[in-house]
Amino acid sequence: MLAADLLVAQNIGFGLIALLMIVGALRVVTVNNVVHAALWLVVVLSGAAAQYLLLSAEFVAITQVLVYVGAVMVLFLFGTMLTRAKIGAEADLNNKNWAIGVPVALLMLGVMTWVLIDGFGDEKLPNPDQQVPVQALSDDIFGPYLLPFWALSFVLLVAVIGAIVLARKD
Amino acid sequence: MLTVQFLLLGAVLFCIGVYGVLARKNAVMVLMSIELILNSVNLNLLAFSQRLDSIDGNTFALYVIAIAAAEVGVGLAMVLLIYRNRRSISLDELSDMKG
Repeated sequence: MLAADLLVAQNIGFGLIALLMIVGALRVVTVNNVVHAALWLVVVLSGAAAQYLLLSAEFVAITQVLVYVGAVMVLFLFGTMLTRAKIGAEADLNNKNWAIGVPVALLMLGVMTWVLIDGFGDEKLPNPDQQVPVQALSDDIFGPYLLPFWALSFVLLVAVIGAIVLARKD
Repeated sequence: MLTVQFLLLGAVLFCIGVYGVLARKNAVMVLMSIELILNSVNLNLLAFSQRLDSIDGNTFALYVIAIAAAEVGVGLAMVLLIYRNRRSISLDELSDMKG
């Protein structure tokens, strides 16, 4: 396959997945049912994993599916289940001042769009011939970024202990 | 592919997430919106990782994923505790510390 054809296919794939992600994200923040919002969030997170593959970040994409779609989503559904008696549509999931969020978000989007198009314009991403090798990634994590990794392990341990302490009954 | 298309997708997701944080009342929904924001940041990190032909962005994205998992765990435990004490997770009722 020619490189140009591959590039066209990548762009079409990007467009379709991006559209799906944006629709899913809008549903997450507008739908009137917590469980439906969680399921739309699955669409967005899976789309993000596909975009990571397009950005040749294979390992991050797999981790995204494992951690987000697998673990975090189950946590959300458990949280919904444990904090609400009824699972179904609910009238007032929004603040009474929810309309203020619309201009704030649109203003931020406008400024960011302007800055990004001004800054990057039609600059092309380099087209790598392979995915990021996992070996190089592990060399990076356990080499120059070993101390952040160690701190991160500690943070995770503290978070797990903290969650247990907060959520236990007595 | 252009650099800016990934960055713009990240910006759109970020703004939708900010809207969700501002507009939602249910604490679980606010946590979901925060996940949207964190994902948009990851998208930017990976786009720049490829643009600069450096692997550091991938490392940072993995760290962000791990921190997000910890954050959701603690956040949902706190929501559970609030629910147990007040029988509600509506954020605009949590105004005890309002001056």
